Amino acid sequence: MESTIKTETLDIEGMTCASCASFVEKSLTRTPGVQRAVVNFATEKATVDYLPAQASPATLKEAVVQAGYGVTERAPDTSAADRQAEIDEQKARAYAQLKRRFWVATGLAIVIMPLSMLMLWPAMMQRVNMQWLNYGLLLLTLPVLLYSGREFYTSAWNGFRHRAANMDTLIAVGTGAAFLYSLAATVVPGFFTSRGLMPEVYYDTTATIIALILLGKVLELRAKTQTSAAIKSLLGLQAKTARLVRPGGQEIDVPIEQVQLNDLIVVRPGEKVATDGILEEGHSAVDEAMLTGESLPVEKKIGDPVFGATLNKTGSFRFRVTKVGADTMLSQIVKLVEDAQGSRAPIQRLADKVSAIFVPTVVCIAILTFVLWFDLAPVEARLPLALVNFVAVLIIACPCALGLATPTAIMVSTGKGAEHGVLIRNAEALEKAYQVNTVLLDKTGTITRGEPAVTDFVPAAGQTASELLQIVAAVERQSEHPLAEAVVRYADAQQAQTIPATGFRAVEGRGATATVNGQAVLIGNFRLLDEAGIVLPAAVRQQADALLAQAKTVLYIAVAGQVAGLLGVADTVRDTSAAAIQRLQGMGIEVVMMTGDNPQTAAQVAAQVGITRYFAEVLPQDKAGKVKELQAEGRVVAMVGDGINDAPALAQADIGLAMGGGTDVAMEAAGITLMRSDLQGVVTAIELSRQTIRTIKQNLFFAFIYNTLGIPVAAGLLYPVFGWLLSPMLAAGAMALSSVSVLTNSLRLRSFSPLKN
Amino acid sequence: MDTTEIIVTLTGLALAGFVIWYFFFSARQTASAVSSSSGVREVGITVKGGYSPDVIEVERGKPVQLSFYRDEENSCSEELLMPDFSIRRDLPAFKTTLVELLPQQAGTFPFTCGMGMLRGSLVVK
Repeated sequence: MESTIKTETLDIEGMTCASCASFVEKSLTRTPGVQRAVVNFATEKATVDYLPAQASPATLKEAVVQAGYGVTERAPDTSAADRQAEIDEQKARAYAQLKRRFWVATGLAIVIMPLSMLMLWPAMMQRVNMQWLNYGLLLLTLPVLLYSGREFYTSAWNGFRHRAANMDTLIAVGTGAAFLYSLAATVVPGFFTSRGLMPEVYYDTTATIIALILLGKVLELRAKTQTSAAIKSLLGLQAKTARLVRPGGQEIDVPIEQVQLNDLIVVRPGEKVATDGILEEGHSAVDEAMLTGESLPVEKKIGDPVFGATLNKTGSFRFRVTKVGADTMLSQIVKLVEDAQGSRAPIQRLADKVSAIFVPTVVCIAILTFVLWFDLAPVEARLPLALVNFVAVLIIACPCALGLATPTAIMVSTGKGAEHGVLIRNAEALEKAYQVNTVLLDKTGTITRGEPAVTDFVPAAGQTASELLQIVAAVERQSEHPLAEAVVRYADAQQAQTIPATGFRAVEGRGATATVNGQAVLIGNFRLLDEAGIVLPAAVRQQADALLAQAKTVLYIAVAGQVAGLLGVADTVRDTSAAAIQRLQGMGIEVVMMTGDNPQTAAQVAAQVGITRYFAEVLPQDKAGKVKELQAEGRVVAMVGDGINDAPALAQADIGLAMGGGTDVAMEAAGITLMRSDLQGVVTAIELSRQTIRTIKQNLFFAFIYNTLGIPVAAGLLYPVFGWLLSPMLAAGAMALSSVSVLTNSLRLRSFSPLKN
Repeated sequence: MDTTEIIVTLTGLALAGFVIWYFFFSARQTASAVSSSSGVREVGITVKGGYSPDVIEVERGKPVQLSFYRDEENSCSEELLMPDFSIRRDLPAFKTTLVELLPQQAGTFPFTCGMGMLRGSLVVK
């Protein structure tokens, strides 16, 4: 259901009549890029389909304002949090009520059980009036039926009217039949005795089944609330207020909903960043673990992006708001996790098909069980036996374990993934990641940092390293070339002193020149020096060749007409890459590298991280072709990339993993997004998917095996051979445990933690 | 076989036949999305032991607003799942929950409760 057209819903303010609505609608329709706009006067909402390339929520808002109306700024996180709070409250109420119903049923069942057992002692039976005892039991059972179990009957009846049958149908029919039979035996015992039958009652069965099923529901509800804990904790991360800097410089705390684009917000140490923006004043270290899973604080300086819900650690800073509400990183993560939790895993299809026909089928089996027992059992016991087995089949076959098997595991694992900076788009992606046996890594930006860094600094004989670095940095600070930035970063890291340079001049395609300390300085490629008539000494040439052999870019430095040193620059491998690749290989996955670089550089990097198979000189448009090539070998390929040019390959792969620093296009094409630029995320994603699918398979196995074995036993199939019959009460106990065990198994995923080397 | 057995057998078979017919083959309630005065296509669905209507016809490429009113407290229907649209919603009891979507492919897309027992379908034409 993907498309380039986006749909936005706006809350319109100030409409007083239907013509206002059409006015807003016209204004929106005329906005460039808007495909369709519909304004609902009653709900005060505008639904707009637009092309994101030509229009944005901001331009839509502008169109509404131009028409003379307003748009209520929605803060979906807060409303989502509010909505969640309301739902939570309702669930808490339902849980408390359920517990009350359970305790009433249990309390009464505890009394009913021993009273029913009296019949087992003939001596007792003579002292007690059976008729009166039965009436007493009936009175005790009625509250269980009408209060504790009422929901089963209303739900079954409502479902019946809608031609829908659910687990309540089975419980209602089962306990209902046992109760009605007992009622008849109590009220008109003569009907039974006249036919040579004992007027037996099953009040204990009725009450115990209801108590046990309610116990199952109580445990189930408690466990279920834990499966969505991840989303709740994500929503809870949102800051409630922001410290706004007024144009006059005055600082004021405002609720987060009032923060608007371009506001200036101040954040002090220990505070949460209110929303997304760009740092304008000050610097700090920010803990972004809640969004990226990265445990080390990230240094932030002027011009760096900051994200809502992250935690400011050390310094105080001010930032300009660039995103609010639904556009923030946190909201998008929440949305993505919610979407994933609503999606369906292909593995669930069988369970879905079975669920759809399950209950009516079981009812038919139960009816046939009744008929067969009635026809085949000895006349004096046929009615009780037929009834008991009919009830046992209905109760044991409750399909809730089947219904819970997949979704609960998906809920827990997608939430867990988000916690570790792994965003899973849907359940299908999770299932695909499980099957992966080959990981194709784009070199630049995934294995390597994707930006050049100085790897070697070689001062010529007679030069002092620290002085030369100061001179080099003085020149390069004036340049905007990426290589110059790498040199400046290196100099800063070495804490080189800042000195002034004059007369800076960039030489196109060669390098730069300037004057430092009264001396002419040249930094650039060999041509720059060659054209200036500077001769390279043999020793320096040798060192340069050695660097070139390692596929590094060489920068030559000349001071006052003499060669003063060399710099080796290369895209460096991330610290974590080799370990992560080794871990993937340890999981039995082949890791293949792909790069646009020459074979020499490719071989160099591959050797460094322990990859044996790689594709070099791959043009951006051929990346998807390489994925196909691997797929043609029968491999299930996961592609890891970060750039726009990776998007086709990410889409072609069986599962695409977009790296955090990546573009929106790459994320759009990927099934999994890694919030952190670190290959460890690939390991985490695959590991998580393997554990999840394993859990789902176990759940489905338990659910299916339980029903496939449980039904024939309950129907009495083993009776002719072993004389075994399943008591309906035991069936109820087993049934209560089945869904709880499936849930508990899914909740085990909460303890997932990615393996690291 | 005595008379009682014959009666029980025939009644049982008839009941089983009825169950199969009633749940699988009887006619379903269908509703089409209707345009409101302002043009949004809306469908109201009551959730009470099932979805009524449970077959909803909508047009392809046109946004539609499904308003689910949950008229019960029974936990079975508390969640709504539309897997083809990646939607999972909690439906609070006795409240209306709006679900807006833009179907872009023709076909039949099921929606169910959290456990897949209550079922309905969205038919996109």
